[in-house]
Formats: sequence, C-alpha cells, structure tokens
Amino acid sequence: MINFTDVYKRYPNNYEALSGLSFQLDEGEMAFLTGHSGAGKSTLLKLIALIERSSHGQVLVSNQNLSSLPKRKIPFYRRQIGIVFQDHNLLHDRTVFDNVALPLVIAGENHREIGRRVRAALDKVGLLSKERSLPIALSGGEQQRVGIARAVVNRPPILLADEPTGNLDPDLSREIMQLFEQFNQVGVTVFVATHDIDLIQTMPYRQVILKQGRLA
Amino acid sequence: MLFSLGRLWRQPVASLMTITVIGIALVLPAGLFVLSENMSSLSNRWDSASQITLFLQQDVTPPQAQKLSTEIASWSTIEQVHYQSAQQSLDEFRQLSGLGDLLDSLPNNPLPAIIIVEPTDEKATLSGLVSRLNDLPQVDQAKLDMEWLQRFRSINKMVQRGVSILAILLALSVVLAIGNTIRLAILSREAEIRVMKLVGATDRFIRRPFLYTGFWYGFLGGLFAWITLIFSMGLLSGPVNELAGHYGSDFSLHWFGGFMFLILPIAGATLGILGAWLAVGRHLHQIEPS
Repeated sequence: MINFTDVYKRYPNNYEALSGLSFQLDEGEMAFLTGHSGAGKSTLLKLIALIERSSHGQVLVSNQNLSSLPKRKIPFYRRQIGIVFQDHNLLHDRTVFDNVALPLVIAGENHREIGRRVRAALDKVGLLSKERSLPIALSGGEQQRVGIARAVVNRPPILLADEPTGNLDPDLSREIMQLFEQFNQVGVTVFVATHDIDLIQTMPYRQVILKQGRLA
Repeated sequence: MLFSLGRLWRQPVASLMTITVIGIALVLPAGLFVLSENMSSLSNRWDSASQITLFLQQDVTPPQAQKLSTEIASWSTIEQVHYQSAQQSLDEFRQLSGLGDLLDSLPNNPLPAIIIVEPTDEKATLSGLVSRLNDLPQVDQAKLDMEWLQRFRSINKMVQRGVSILAILLALSVVLAIGNTIRLAILSREAEIRVMKLVGATDRFIRRPFLYTGFWYGFLGGLFAWITLIFSMGLLSGPVNELAGHYGSDFSLHWFGGFMFLILPIAGATLGILGAWLAVGRHLHQIEPS
C-alpha cells in the first residue's frame, strides 16, 4: 500500500532528513512510526501526504508513483488519505459538524449524504451530541476526536496520524489509539507517528523506527 | 454564492467602505459619460445651425429683400431660405433681451433685415457659397454660423477622450481595490485554506468563494454608483433646465438611467471578478500546507 524505495529528502539548506529509506506497509496493516524528534518522522508523513516530494528515490502509494503525480492531481490524491494532526487543524469559526463535513463538501457530496456520513463519523468517535458546538468549547481529547472524524469521514483507504496523542494524558491517548485500531479492523491502512513508546509497547503492531533519516 | 454575500454582511463597515470606493470610481466616468453624451446630443440638435446668415444693407427695402430671398432659394446649393425683416429682428431682440424700453427710445431701428440660408449638406461648396453670397450687392455681410459649433464639437471630443482615459484608469483602480480587498481576505483565511488543501480541496474550489466575493463587491459598487449618479443628475437637472429656459431651449438632461442601471453593475461585477481572480491567482499558490 505504501512503498518507499531508497528515498532521500534533502532540504535547501543541505539538511538531509531522510537518507536512503526503504520500507513497505501492506494494505490493511497498522504500524507505528517512532524515533527521536528530528529523526525524520514528520518528513516521512509529508512525503506520503504529498506536502513535500522526495529528492531522490521512489514513493509508491496505492500503486501511484508520487514523484510523477502532476500538481493538479494532488487534491484528488489527498482525498484517498485521512490525516490526523497533533494540533488538530480544526477551523475555529465553524461547528464540529461543519469541520467534519469539510472533506465531503470539497468532494462535492450531496447534502443528505453529507449529513448521514458526518453523523456516522461523529457517532464513531463518540461526539454525536457535540455536532453543534464550536471546537473551542471542546476539551483537547474531544478536539482530537473531531480531527479523527474529519480524517475518516470520506472513508479513505489510508489513515495517517502525526503525534495524535502528543498533547493528551495517558487515558485519553489510549482511547485515541483504540479508535485507530477500530478503523484498522475495518480494513483501513493505519500509520501513526508517535513517541509515546510506553503506550505502543502494549499494542501488537509493527514499529517502523527511524534514526537520523534511516531505519534503525 | 449567497454564503459569500453573508460574509460581506458580517463585516458591514469594511465591506461598505470597499463598495463605496468602487462606487465612486465607477460613478465618475459614468457621470462624465452622461454629461458628454448630453453635450453631443445638444450639438446634434444644432446641426441645422450650419447655416449662413445674410445681413442685408440698410437701404434694401422689404420687397427687394423678398425678391432676393426667392432668387437665392432657387440656387441648387440652397436647401432653404428664411427671410426676416428688420422689424421682425427688432421684435425678436426685444423679446429675448428684455430691453424693450431702451429700444423704444432709439430713433430708428438699428437692426438689419436678415436672410437665413440653409445650404445643402455639401461641405466643400460651403466657403464658395459664402463668398458668392458676400458678393451680392444687397448683402452687407454673409456669416457662416459654424465655427463656434466646430469649436464646441472639438471640445466635446476632447471631453469624450478624457472620459475614456479616466474610465480606463478608474476601471484599473476598481480592479486593484477589489484585488487588494480579496488579498486581505485570503491572508486572513490562510489557515483555513491550508486545511482545505490538506483535505483535498482543488484550487478551483478554494478560488470560487473569493470570486463570488469579488463579484458582490463589484456588483454592489455598481449599484451604489447608479444610485449616486441618479441622485447627482437629479441635483443637476434643475439648474440645467433653468439654464436651457434662459436660452429659450426645451433641452433637458438625458439621464441614461436604464442603460446605466444595466451597465454599472455589470461593469462592476466584471471588474470585481477580474480583481479577485488576479489576487487569488497570485496568493493561492503561496499558501501551501507545511
């Protein structure tokens, strides 16, 4: 599903974030991406989300070669990937419902379908009763769950998360991880960058460990 | 589309200021256009005024003058001839000048009899015709009443040229004003645009509401300009009618109200979309998720 072959990422200041990285994530697999800060976790996720492109090497996602994907196709590519951010990236002037609906509105879904799927996603993360609230009125854990609902609402085959539990206490973190597990159980490929080692040690999933831009 | 109108509504002061700026920029060329069109129509009404006035010698008697005028009327280059006796000239002057008492005190009528000659439309023959008329023994002076009209027309042409230049400059300023407003709107929604791009929004999708916003600014600015124009014309038409009355003319301002009601909002909306397009095109690519 996600296939890195000898991937380098060099920034204009000559800093090399990834050096000859190769790894593979199978369809329907769930894995953690770990490593110290600056080991290249964020860079790796950005390459998958096509926020950045590799300097060298091949990144294949769902059999699409990302280095040759034209710019105008990037939006459509991104619709196949749900992304959860550490700082949620919610729109604070819109309700929970509107935040979650955003990917569907962008994809041009019709009104009824949007209502149905947004409520299904909110139900899944346990926030159905908060659909009319503004994000600012929610706790950190709840905001993160809104972010997750938005990431899964258009049922992408791949779910990426960048430090989704970074600001949460252990109990909330566990809940969030369990949510990811549930999505994985219905067939979504889940890739979570985290340095919450204690938590993921208790979970039976592969760990991709980065060290200075290479597999450790 | 209505949603973007709602956005304007939620920032009434800022929106109103932008709309006013656009309205003023549109009303200036529109107003000058209306005035210069009125000047043109005025000068067209005077087209028949390309006539030659023959001032007759004082000693020409009315029967002689009548005879002369029928003779001139038979020339092929003459369209029409109108004879006005010295007494008629005096009566007309008395009526128009209001100097009746003064005129009564004069020992005799100082005004000559005149023959007003309307030549056919051939301009080339005109000066020849004038000198031929001048050579007639009964004629003191033949005067072509055209020079002032030509001057008036070239002034009007100049004004029209000026209006065109002004219109282009102000159209440009509308585009820039809207472009700048849209630019600020884009920058204030930078975070939102990033998030939208991350969840798969195309540039088209992000651009659309900004184009709508530009459309509304321009359209409402156009309506504002129209209202201002009609209001100004209303203020002007009183004095203009009064002035026309003094000249014994039934001329009144033509407002172009319906035409402007169509053209101002359309022009505004077009310029608005253009300005928004330029702003979005420049700034949308600079905002990328990181």
